[in-house]
Amino acid sequence: MENRDTLLSSVQMARFVAHGSVRLDAVVPPEMNAEALKALAEGIPPVPYGTPVSEAYSAESFTGRLLKIPQVAGALRSLVGPEPLVDHHFVHIREPHGGHAQPLHGDAIIDVRADAFDVQLMYYPQAVTLEMGGTLSVPGSHLRRINESDTGRYQNLLGQNRLVCPAGTVVFLHHGLWHGGRRNDSDTTRYMFKIRFNPTVRQQRLWNTADLDDPRVIVELDAMFPWYEHATGRLERYNRILLWRALTGDADFDLDHWVTRVSNRPQEAAA
Amino acid sequence: MITTTGSDSLDVPVHTDTAPALRQQVLVLYLATSALDAPVIGWTRYDGTGRTSPTTGDSAEPPYASGLDALKDGWRLIQAAQLIPPYPGHEYDVSFLKHEFFFEQIVQVQGHVNRGSDGSAA
Repeated sequence: MENRDTLLSSVQMARFVAHGSVRLDAVVPPEMNAEALKALAEGIPPVPYGTPVSEAYSAESFTGRLLKIPQVAGALRSLVGPEPLVDHHFVHIREPHGGHAQPLHGDAIIDVRADAFDVQLMYYPQAVTLEMGGTLSVPGSHLRRINESDTGRYQNLLGQNRLVCPAGTVVFLHHGLWHGGRRNDSDTTRYMFKIRFNPTVRQQRLWNTADLDDPRVIVELDAMFPWYEHATGRLERYNRILLWRALTGDADFDLDHWVTRVSNRPQEAAA
Repeated sequence: MITTTGSDSLDVPVHTDTAPALRQQVLVLYLATSALDAPVIGWTRYDGTGRTSPTTGDSAEPPYASGLDALKDGWRLIQAAQLIPPYPGHEYDVSFLKHEFFFEQIVQVQGHVNRGSDGSAA
C-alpha cells in the first residue's frame, strides 16, 4: 500500500474527473532533470506493449526512479492502481524554430470506456515558456467522443491551456484529453517524455478517500469551462456524474439532480 | 495583371508576377449556441494570401466577441452548422462542437503569386 499522504485526495480526483488532468509542478529534483535531458536525447529503449511497469523499467533506470518519486507514484496509483501496464512511451522533441504545431487530437483511437481509463504521464525536464510551445490541452475535453485528429480544425478554444511550467513538472492526462504539441518559436530544444499506462485493476476508490464528503468535491465536479457550449456543458456534467459514480461505487451520486431527473421512471401504480 | 494564352486556344488566365489577384481568407467561429450573435468559444483562421500562418494554439483571445461582430467587420457568412437531432440512444453523448460558422473575406493581393510547398500556385 502506498503512503496515503502521497495519494491524490478526493478533491484532486474530482478535479481530474472535471479537467481530465492532474498537474504536479516541479516534483522531479533538479539533478534528475539534468540527467533526463541527456537520457531523453539519447532515447529511452522501447518496451513491448502491455509490459507490467515493474518489468518495463528497472529500479535503477532513469524511468524507474522517475516513477518512484513519491508524488508521481502516489498520483499514478490513485489514477490507475498498482502495477499498471506500460502501453508505450515516447520522447517528444521539438526543435527550435522548427516543425509545425500538431493538430488538436486525442491519442490512439476513439475510446469510450465509461468505467475505466488510461492515463498518460507527461514529464517536462526543463522549464517550459510560452515561446517554447509547451503542450496545448483543452480542459474538460476528455469525455468527448472524437477520433484522434478529427478535431484538427479547432485551432483555439476559449480557456485552452498552453502549458507553461517549471522544470521537473509532471502532468497526468486522461486518455481522451484533447491536446497537441505547439510550435516551438524559441531558441531552445524542448523535451517531453510521455508514458501511457493501462490499469490492471478496477479503478474504484484507489485514492485517499478520507475527504470524500468535502464540499470542494462537488465544486470541482461542477466546474464549467469557457469553451463549452451552454447546452452541451450540461451534458458534460451528466457524463462526469456517471464517471464519479463509477469511481466511487456510489450509484446514487448526483449533482443538482442532472442524472436523477432524466432517469426517473416510476413503475408503481398510484394507490 | 492577368493575360491570356493565344487566341487559337481556350483563354486561360495566367498571373504575372505583378498581377493583382484575389485570394480567400477563411474564419471559422464556434459559438456558444446556434445563434449567430452568440459568444465565440473557439476560432480558426486560414489565410489564402500566405501572409500569415495561423496554427493550433496560437492565440488566447478570440478575434471577435460574437459571430455578429464578424459580420460587422466585413466577414461574409458562407456556411452554418445544421441542427441535427441526437441519434437515439446517444442523447447524452458529447463530441464535436455543434455551432460552427464559416466566414470568408476576399482580398486582393498584388506583386507576386504565392506558391505552395510543392511549387504549385497557391
